[in-house]
Amino acid sequence: MSSVDLNDRIPNNVDLASDRRLQRALEQWQPAFLDWWREMGPVAGAAPEAYLRTAISVDRSGWANFGFTRMPDYRWGVFLADPEPDRRIGFGDHRGEPVWQRVPGDYRAALRRLIVIQGDTEPASVEQQRHLGRTCPSGYDLRNLFQINVEEGRHLWAMVYLLHAYFGRDGREEAQALLERRSGDADRPRILTAFNERTPDWLALFMFTFLTDRDGKFQLHSLAESAFDPLARTCRFMLTEEAHHMFVGITGLARVVERTCEVMRTHRTDDVRPFGVIDLPTFQRYLNFHFSVTLDLFGAEISTNAAGGYTGGLKGRFHESDIDDDHRLDHATYPVLQWVDGAFRRIDFPALNALNERLRADFVADVETGLGRINRIIRSFGVDFQLALPHVAFNRRVGMFADLDVTPEGAVIDGETWRRREAEWLPSESDRAYIRSLMPEAVTEPGKFANWIAPPSRGINHHPIDFEYVRLD
Amino acid sequence: MVASKVPAVAGPDLESMPETTTTPLHSGRDPIDVRTAPDRYRHWRLHVEGRIATLALDVDESGGLAPGYELKLNSYDLGVDIELADAVQRLRFEHPEVAAVVIRSARERVFCAGANIRMLGGSNHAHKVAFCKFTNETRCAIEDASAYSGQRYLCAINGTAAGGGYELAMAADWILLVDDGSSAVSLPEVALLGVLPGTGGLVRLVDKRKVRRDRADFFSTTEEGVRGRRALEWGLVDEIAPSSRFDAAVETRARALAATSDRPRAARGIRLRDLERRIEGERIRYRYVEADIDREMRACRIRIEGPAGASPADIDGLVPAGDAFWPLALAREIEDLILHLRHNEPAIGTLVMASEGDLDAVAAYDAFLLAHRAHWLVREIRLYWKRLLKRIDLTARSLLALVEPGSCFAGFLLELVLAADRGYMLEGPFEDGGAEAVVRLTESNFGCFPGVNGLTRLEARGLDDEEAVSRARRQIGRDLTAADAEAHRLVTFTPDDIDWEDEVRIALEERAAFSPDALTGLEASLRCPGPETMESRIFGRLTAWQNWIFQRPNAVGERGALTLYGTGARADFDRKRV
Repeated sequence: MSSVDLNDRIPNNVDLASDRRLQRALEQWQPAFLDWWREMGPVAGAAPEAYLRTAISVDRSGWANFGFTRMPDYRWGVFLADPEPDRRIGFGDHRGEPVWQRVPGDYRAALRRLIVIQGDTEPASVEQQRHLGRTCPSGYDLRNLFQINVEEGRHLWAMVYLLHAYFGRDGREEAQALLERRSGDADRPRILTAFNERTPDWLALFMFTFLTDRDGKFQLHSLAESAFDPLARTCRFMLTEEAHHMFVGITGLARVVERTCEVMRTHRTDDVRPFGVIDLPTFQRYLNFHFSVTLDLFGAEISTNAAGGYTGGLKGRFHESDIDDDHRLDHATYPVLQWVDGAFRRIDFPALNALNERLRADFVADVETGLGRINRIIRSFGVDFQLALPHVAFNRRVGMFADLDVTPEGAVIDGETWRRREAEWLPSESDRAYIRSLMPEAVTEPGKFANWIAPPSRGINHHPIDFEYVRLD
Repeated sequence: MVASKVPAVAGPDLESMPETTTTPLHSGRDPIDVRTAPDRYRHWRLHVEGRIATLALDVDESGGLAPGYELKLNSYDLGVDIELADAVQRLRFEHPEVAAVVIRSARERVFCAGANIRMLGGSNHAHKVAFCKFTNETRCAIEDASAYSGQRYLCAINGTAAGGGYELAMAADWILLVDDGSSAVSLPEVALLGVLPGTGGLVRLVDKRKVRRDRADFFSTTEEGVRGRRALEWGLVDEIAPSSRFDAAVETRARALAATSDRPRAARGIRLRDLERRIEGERIRYRYVEADIDREMRACRIRIEGPAGASPADIDGLVPAGDAFWPLALAREIEDLILHLRHNEPAIGTLVMASEGDLDAVAAYDAFLLAHRAHWLVREIRLYWKRLLKRIDLTARSLLALVEPGSCFAGFLLELVLAADRGYMLEGPFEDGGAEAVVRLTESNFGCFPGVNGLTRLEARGLDDEEAVSRARRQIGRDLTAADAEAHRLVTFTPDDIDWEDEVRIALEERAAFSPDALTGLEASLRCPGPETMESRIFGRLTAWQNWIFQRPNAVGERGALTLYGTGARADFDRKRV
């Protein structure tokens, strides 16, 4: 294949055409990826054409090329953000040394593990969301779902590129294994628990993209600090795409709330289910669930792995360079919330071991900001209701709160009380059934939206809202 | 085992040397050099008379390898043992007529006081370990000469033989002790120094000499040792003789031993000339071997060159070729390199071996060695390769073999690949075309070169499958490409040209990242599967315990026995058993 053809088929800025090893690896992997996409990618009936953006370079004009694409023909590419000249390691024992362009043997296994874990989440979310096309609230939303799916696919490519280019034979084996695990499969599950839950409905999708993709943002930010430069550059470029996923999340949630508040105001009632929209208490229960499950993704509060990753320069903190400290943390401490002697207290731990907790706290603050926007919508309708994040110890499965039963307000209760009241705080089966009942089929006619969600304030790439974002013929 | 003042002697400083990152080469000190010759010996006198050679120990007290100790009472350091090893080697090659070797002391009333304790006390751990390994190899070489080369050893103990002195004697076929009422053999290490007789002593006592183990226990905890008739009764020595008849007894016994030898009476030996070695920066060059040190990877890349010409047409061409005969020259060069790296480059943890040359030519040399195996010099060369390969097995460095197109691993040379912890062989040609890499098995790979466990390196790779070796044997003489070589367990991985560089780099980087101590233990354990032999117990069990004890405060702490030896102060042991 000529290099022109190759670059056309696999857009890239990693000089793929002159790297035979990488070419061969990707050429062997690509058919397996397409098989996986056909088997586990979006269920969309006869392959629709969707108005998607495709990255063909990393500059301003290249990263968002819009056009109609049939999804299996989407050109998944490999892009790294432009290198920073003379970039230096920003933290840990190697602070101040030049960043690494190759994987140092000392950190090879740890880096591979980080990349595999990150890479595993990308196809997992596609698998979790694969049935949602059948119940989409609009062509606009369906297009957004497809955009997210193909970009998660591209993020998988990004991680596979790193495995192929820098980790030799076992890198290729790991890349293959990324296509062999399946979300929710009992025998070959995805690595992280949260990525084995189905995303059963569109409210869950918006919650997922608002919250779980935001965890992704924080993970990518901390990997973007990595001393391993190709990883840092890959993650920096992925962040530009990830931003769209969170945009879909927060605007989706805002539109749900907007529609509900409209009904509440029009009909002067809190009892909105008869009007076919999502009541705010159910919304809150979904929020409780997705928030708590996502908190688990940050890992244990006290972690030697996180400390090792930081000291080694593999994974930094969120916005590492903006933090005013020694970036080594040998003697620093960080207050970690603990349940001690019948109360939640902040107890100082070595900061190196508390890095997961710190990233989680950064995440919570970011979510609070987003939630504030949604609450402002509620207030703007004159509705007396406040969405609130549950207590961080609520409904946890990972970390030191996993054994506690805690209410969203932060009261520790006994297991019996928890079981009795759980349905007040987490979506019940009847909640989920109700949400599903709102979404009996796909709404795809241009300009039409399902009853339970408001239209967006504007369309994609300056097109009107009633633009035909997905051609289903 | 002697207190001493500090003499000013030029040479490497054993205290500071082997564990520093910069080597003595870089610090401007002399490296430890194992190249020597009888005319430069300071501690031994070699005398040959007909069928009998005498090696007389006469240690130059001020001739230590490093400052800080005097080699009193015929005690030894590495320098003394380097000369002994050289003498044992030369006797085999330069003196085919010698059928028996007498080791004795040139001093009155003292045979050998063993390893110098001040030297041990002042050496860092790495040097102690390297020292013990070398001395163990020398003693095994003596036994090998006797068992396979017909050069029998008699140790004539004409005075006190303590610790390493008695251990040296145990390497001989026959120990003759002077029965003068005072000369004793002893292993006083436990009682006096808080360490072990680690040069094979404990193992040879019960394995070779078959001393009852309860008596061995008593003997090994008795500082003053055992004399005369009791030593004979317990099997600690083979013969005793009063002073007046001692020399006559030695001569009689030496002649008796010589009579059991098959060494040729009329053959002319070859001279082992000084080995030429040039160290140019990070490159070490010999005639057929070139080694490049990569400090960043903590690796040494060793390239072995095939023969420059054809093997001699017939056996008559061999002796005139002498030490220029390629297999012999190559063995000497590799051995010198391995020892140089062991003693002077402690931080270079991985040895990467590759070869370049005409596979057919190597195979022709291999066939020559097989065809003329009955010739005394061919036998010596083959036995030398056996010992060299064992020395490589016992080297505490990771061994990687790279088999690329143009390499010439056949027969005895292929054993280097089989000795490696991992072998990488290129599958298919390199991108620019050309030939594929091939290796060739010969009869040599099926019994000539057993390791310390008594197994061939192929057998050690096929313990799970009795048929594996016989299947491989059917491949003798064929050019085996990567897939065949992998199938017959000759190599570990067979990357193609696209992956080659990366796989090798990754293997090296990973190796460089691991704990050197863990790797030493790992490799020593995995290289020696299957049965135990006396040798494997010496290098495995005894050495491992000794090296542990050498690290413990009870030996080397401030109040440890080794530290306090000679000061008059008593050791203060931590009494807890571990």
